[in-house]
Amino acid sequence: MAQGKLCNRKPVNTREELKALLDDKNGAQYYQEMNQLDVDREALYNTLQKTCKSRLRTWLEICARCGLCADSCFFYLANQRDPKQVPSYKIQSTLGEIVRRKGNVDNAFMQTVMDTAWGKCTCCNRCAMYCPFGIDMGVMFGYLRGLCFSQGFVPWELKIGSGMHRIYNAQMDVTSEDWVETCEWMCEENSEKWPGLEIPIDKENADFIYTVNAREPKHYPEDLAEAAILFHIAGENWTVPSEGWEETSLAMFAGDWEGCRQQVMSVYSAMERLKPKRMVVTECGHAYRATVIEGPYWAGLTSGKTPVETQHYVEWVAEALKTGKLKIDPAKKIKEPVTYQDSCNYIRNAGLKDAARYIMSQIADDFREMSPCKEHNFCCGGGGGMNGLGRYRKERNIGLKVKRDQILATGAKLVVAPCHNCWDAIRDMEEIYEIGIRWSFLKPLLLKMVIVPEHLKPAEEEE
Amino acid sequence: MYAIVTGPLAWLAFLIFFIGIAVRAVLYIRGLDWKLDRVTYSVNTLFGVKGALRSIVFWIIPFGSRSWRAKPFFTILVFLFHLGLLITPVFLLGHNLLLKERWGFNLWAISENTADLLTILVMISAAFLALRRIALPEVRILTTAYDYLLLLIAVAPFITGFLAHRQTADYQFWLMLHIISGEVWLIAIPFTKLSHMVLFFLTRAQIGMDFGIKRGGMKGKGLAW
Repeated sequence: MAQGKLCNRKPVNTREELKALLDDKNGAQYYQEMNQLDVDREALYNTLQKTCKSRLRTWLEICARCGLCADSCFFYLANQRDPKQVPSYKIQSTLGEIVRRKGNVDNAFMQTVMDTAWGKCTCCNRCAMYCPFGIDMGVMFGYLRGLCFSQGFVPWELKIGSGMHRIYNAQMDVTSEDWVETCEWMCEENSEKWPGLEIPIDKENADFIYTVNAREPKHYPEDLAEAAILFHIAGENWTVPSEGWEETSLAMFAGDWEGCRQQVMSVYSAMERLKPKRMVVTECGHAYRATVIEGPYWAGLTSGKTPVETQHYVEWVAEALKTGKLKIDPAKKIKEPVTYQDSCNYIRNAGLKDAARYIMSQIADDFREMSPCKEHNFCCGGGGGMNGLGRYRKERNIGLKVKRDQILATGAKLVVAPCHNCWDAIRDMEEIYEIGIRWSFLKPLLLKMVIVPEHLKPAEEEE
Repeated sequence: MYAIVTGPLAWLAFLIFFIGIAVRAVLYIRGLDWKLDRVTYSVNTLFGVKGALRSIVFWIIPFGSRSWRAKPFFTILVFLFHLGLLITPVFLLGHNLLLKERWGFNLWAISENTADLLTILVMISAAFLALRRIALPEVRILTTAYDYLLLLIAVAPFITGFLAHRQTADYQFWLMLHIISGEVWLIAIPFTKLSHMVLFFLTRAQIGMDFGIKRGGMKGKGLAW
């Protein structure tokens, strides 16, 4: 059966394979090869038999075709209510067909499936909340992505992303050495202003280990510094692991379940090695979803929980504010109208809405909810890997309109977005639609308003 | 003919119905897989039960969920349709007289006027549900002939029963059709997506457990359906 050199059914496991993919500009050759990629129908059928069980089959079968899911989908709303964007239609015409045809599908069909699974759904799971039967099409699209991945029909960037995780245990080519160096560098950079600032590496039995998104050490190292400074101010006994520091999972976006398992195992090993009391995860939505919510299942942990208890960054902040570890200077609270972008992955799919509300009540004088909000909030438009996929850039940009209008309706010009994907999507939204908004993670906002205890201030400031 | 339809065929229909829905329920539950579904059904069960109950309760109450509230007309149609569909056959005076005569017991019966009203509501709401499939593009694209067939199967015993009750001239004919359509109704439930009669509760329980155990139920106050 025909397979390409770059586009094939084999996951990327070596640096050479990864380099070949990266050298293929915009995946031109990759997508060309995809046109010749044969579907391994037998394997597809066998996978269905083994993994498509009663939950998924029942969902596909009993869907009443009532259309209640239509309005729940931001893609449907953003595309002038195009019936082809109705979640039920999208899943029935793809996964539904594959199941009905028992895997007997061709290349063209699989490409349509890929374009639907990644270009028309961000797996935000909002539709599950609007279906009378609780049919979660986001879950089904996640499953479908797995089928596509196993057949080699996966967007170029995510083939690379899954390879990165398999090779570097990170979504980008950041090695352990790079990571440790970045931690040390950030410490040095800020040591004058923050005497005694530390980023303890591999400290055993700390109160918590802090884990991040590889973009932070790679592109936004100041985020790491800000995290360290805030922990320093809060007087935390914390550490970062030299290995197993990456929380994200492009493998999850890709549907590479083995890659997912390997990635979360690296973090769980760090937990076992360093024996912290708990783990705190940076301001990222899908990272938390992957490593904390789904990860235990990939790793086969029967408890369904991470080896040590885990908190998302918003939980840590809420707790630090409640216990007084972090104190806000009331004069420095955000005075202008400000809104909050509820990330699908840790609000709808992990129940952290109250922590986010508590933080906003402490740091802002004029907090304005989006409508709808909390677990009913719309996806930013960039979730599920969407932000990073060149092939679906146009679709992504159309999808951003729903979030744009939600933000505009609040009247706020500042959006707090403690999630990398949301943050990116809102940044791109501003670039495309120029609506005059600003966006921010929590860390830089908190740093501007926390009261710094006297003993942590540099000597000259004490005079 | 009447003897066969009301005798062995009726027995068969009820047997298929009861065994069928039981089998559907058992197969569904047995097919759940904690690892594939990524929900630890048998660990943290209390959170699961709470999630399951919340998921069912908010959806079984009219306007109990945000989705029901967002589509009030549809919600009213759906609830009237299902209320009539379930209450009328079980509590109909005629059916209960038959029960008493055959098996020596009967349930509480609703008045004939109530039964008429419920039957008319079932037929009207079915008509609107069908029209909705034609009128709304987002529903039209999902609809297949199968959906109309199921609607017809569901509502046929009501149309025929109503006519049998009214049209004394063709009473025997409509009564026969009524009984047969009722038997088709019973037999169709386990084999078609009318099986949602029982699977509604199970899929709602499943997604409730999913959110209750895994997706935040153990940290927050529970999902606001």
